[in-house]
Amino acid sequence: MNRYLNTLRIFWSASISAEMEYRANFVMAALSSLMSLGGTVIMLYLFYRTGYEMGGWPWRDALAVVGVFTFLEGMQSTFMTPNRTRVTEHVREGTLDFVLIKPINSQFWLSVRTISLWGIPNIFLGLAIVGYGLITRETPPTAGGIFFGTAALLLGVLMLYSLGYLLSTISIWYIKLYNITMAMQALVETGRYPITAYPAAYQTFFTFVLPVAFMTTVPAQLMTARGGTGWLLGAVVVAALLLTLSIAFWRFALRYYTSASS
Amino acid sequence: MSQAVATSHVGWLGKLRVLFAVHYAEMIEYRAEIALWAIATMQPLIMMGVWAQAGESGLFSFTQIHIFRYFIAVFLIRQITIVWIIHHFEFLMVTGRLSPHLLHPIDPCIRYILMHLGEQWTRLPFALLIVGFFIFLYPDTLTGGAEGAAWWPGWLNLSLAVVTCYAAFILRFFMQYALCMAAFWHERVGAMDAVLFLPYAFCSGLLFPFEALPDALRDVLLWTPFPYMVWFPATLMVGGEVPMMRAALTMAGWTVFFFVLYRYFWHRGLKHYSAMGA
Repeated sequence: MNRYLNTLRIFWSASISAEMEYRANFVMAALSSLMSLGGTVIMLYLFYRTGYEMGGWPWRDALAVVGVFTFLEGMQSTFMTPNRTRVTEHVREGTLDFVLIKPINSQFWLSVRTISLWGIPNIFLGLAIVGYGLITRETPPTAGGIFFGTAALLLGVLMLYSLGYLLSTISIWYIKLYNITMAMQALVETGRYPITAYPAAYQTFFTFVLPVAFMTTVPAQLMTARGGTGWLLGAVVVAALLLTLSIAFWRFALRYYTSASS
Repeated sequence: MSQAVATSHVGWLGKLRVLFAVHYAEMIEYRAEIALWAIATMQPLIMMGVWAQAGESGLFSFTQIHIFRYFIAVFLIRQITIVWIIHHFEFLMVTGRLSPHLLHPIDPCIRYILMHLGEQWTRLPFALLIVGFFIFLYPDTLTGGAEGAAWWPGWLNLSLAVVTCYAAFILRFFMQYALCMAAFWHERVGAMDAVLFLPYAFCSGLLFPFEALPDALRDVLLWTPFPYMVWFPATLMVGGEVPMMRAALTMAGWTVFFFVLYRYFWHRGLKHYSAMGA
């Protein structure tokens, strides 16, 4: 366990100092995060300015969903995306060999090898929006709601990670699938709004096939004390299932790995 | 350049056709990636879901069927107007592979446009499959439901939509290509595109129907180049009203502006480029 924590510390401090070389880009990333969030909030307002309530969610609660989504987006581009693209690279160049012979779990190594600071602004902006939505709503959130909501939020991060890792595992068979990340990203966009704002067909797909509903709607629902502790149980099951699947699939895929460009 | 034309046996059109065929064949190789990319462009279809629900509430000036048609049109237009030259240009620049392109007797810009067309043709079948799926889900989009009319914008509007769609591609291409020129001085231009993408996403009608905007805001947006990349052709395709003259002129104006910007910095950039001996 200690070895894993040590590795983590070394990896991350190395990537942070590497990223620091591109400080100007960080400023640009922060600006574009801010603009993107601004655009999203204005767009949300386009729905609410007529008195329409998205899927029965009042304005401030819907803002909390936007915040949760922004937070997850930040987590993804900080911790997940940079590592995911590397898995494909390792397979293509055959350097995965060197990862596999290291005395450490290969999935762990590949998942935490690097971090990117570009997502940090989104993490904080997301939390700020959630906070704003919660504090300004008429009935303040309960301690239990915050606790269960945060738990669901962390489970959401775990789901997003597992899904992403599942997809990047496919690169063992098909290298050159960089776009798979983009495709998933586009579908996860659904999470920007409460799931009940979508038509029935969308709701079914994004709850049972691609569980985006569990990633953003459920945490926001619990935090705003809109009930549904049963959903938390569902989130636990979905997260556990996806994580197990990603581990099992990685082990399965490695059996087919035959070094460079397999 | 004129010398090369004189000595060659194929005409300009023939050359263009060959270049297109080459790039189409090249893109077909990457069809798995490109199919995924078609999925990656589904954002308008996701927004379609939220707006369709909103349309049903009766609180907005549009109906659900109008929303289905609008966003399917937007999705199709998006397929023709995706531009990625800035990422490719950055790659060419960083790896020094721009040099061989400069030696060809054809301006590299023409090659890049044909590359995009080749990629679009590869992606289109996958996009049509996705559209087919959504029409299967919501057949009223085509038929108009119990009391609505079938989706037919008329021949004039349809042909105008196709023309403006390619005009939108050219506008978007030159907007991004003008930004590409920064690559002569700065290594990482790809990141700049991410910043430019935001106003495009939020001002073009890619994510919301213009009917949802307050009148004043809509009027301001119509002066920017962005609505002409999505809203203009999409509205023609659904058979809506467009201030034709104003739209065409604004669109042409912006296209010329970005073209001139690109030519100016292209010439300055080339001098800089050879000066570095890259």
